Amino acid sequence: MAVSTTTLEVGQQIGSSTIGITRQDLVRYAGASGDFNPIHWNQAFAEGVGLPGVIAHGMFTMGAAVQLVTDWIGDPAAVVDYQTRFTKPVIVEDTTAQPGEPGAVVEVTGVVGAVDAEASTARIDLTVTFAGQKVLVKAQAVVRLR
Amino acid sequence: MTIDPDLQGRSYAAGEPYAVGREAIRDFARAVKATHPAHYDVEAAAALGHADLVAPPTFAIIIAQRADAQLINDPSAGIDFTRVVHADQRFIHHRPIIAGDQLVAELHVDQVRAMGGGAMITTRAEISTIDGERAATTTSSILVRGEEQ
Repeated sequence: MAVSTTTLEVGQQIGSSTIGITRQDLVRYAGASGDFNPIHWNQAFAEGVGLPGVIAHGMFTMGAAVQLVTDWIGDPAAVVDYQTRFTKPVIVEDTTAQPGEPGAVVEVTGVVGAVDAEASTARIDLTVTFAGQKVLVKAQAVVRLR
Repeated sequence: MTIDPDLQGRSYAAGEPYAVGREAIRDFARAVKATHPAHYDVEAAAALGHADLVAPPTFAIIIAQRADAQLINDPSAGIDFTRVVHADQRFIHHRPIIAGDQLVAELHVDQVRAMGGGAMITTRAEISTIDGERAATTTSSILVRGEEQ
């Protein structure tokens, strides 16, 4: 990987990604993670607790957003620190009648937020939005550079 | 229900080990739409210097939430799970999580703050191998909404 502290500059873009999400994706995430809270798959339950509809697991969004960083750095193990705050829900519409159509679309962009030459690390700041609003705040991944 | 203010400082000892399997890594990677070959192909992981498949950066949530369940399901804590909202999350990796690892998590309740009629609870899971090697530290804050929120 050619990424090093000498070639990185604060403010540099690392790329962007678009994540289409379906209700089936949330069921899959529930199964893989063990988080079966019905607000992530049951419309009536979600509405019953005052939500506008089924919402994505915050951890789904956090987990999917970091792929931009993993793919850029070239090794998932290079991500040594990753954090976020969850501020707004991602509402996932039921699109089972429109196969292939996502029920929500999340946009991710990443920029170099800081470079630590001594530690040989860089902090990537992610902007993660749904319907024009930030859903993750202070989403930061620290990567170890080779 | 009310949150026990004395929760702060409480710890829960590590439970049964979680065995990190290749299929669990592959399933979790698919679930977060991760396509990096090091999650799926042992040879691709080896080419990067890893002994086996590498878990995605948020895989440790499985182990952390199992540890959290000890607190949430503890009747003396007074937490109504249906009123819980995930507020923030952090993963610090001391070393990568690799297929074949046997991991245990010790849970610490670092902070409890009253928020309206509810509370913000910050927990920390110290995840290590059964041989005592540190693997990851995860911190998580949950907001337990009060009855009027």
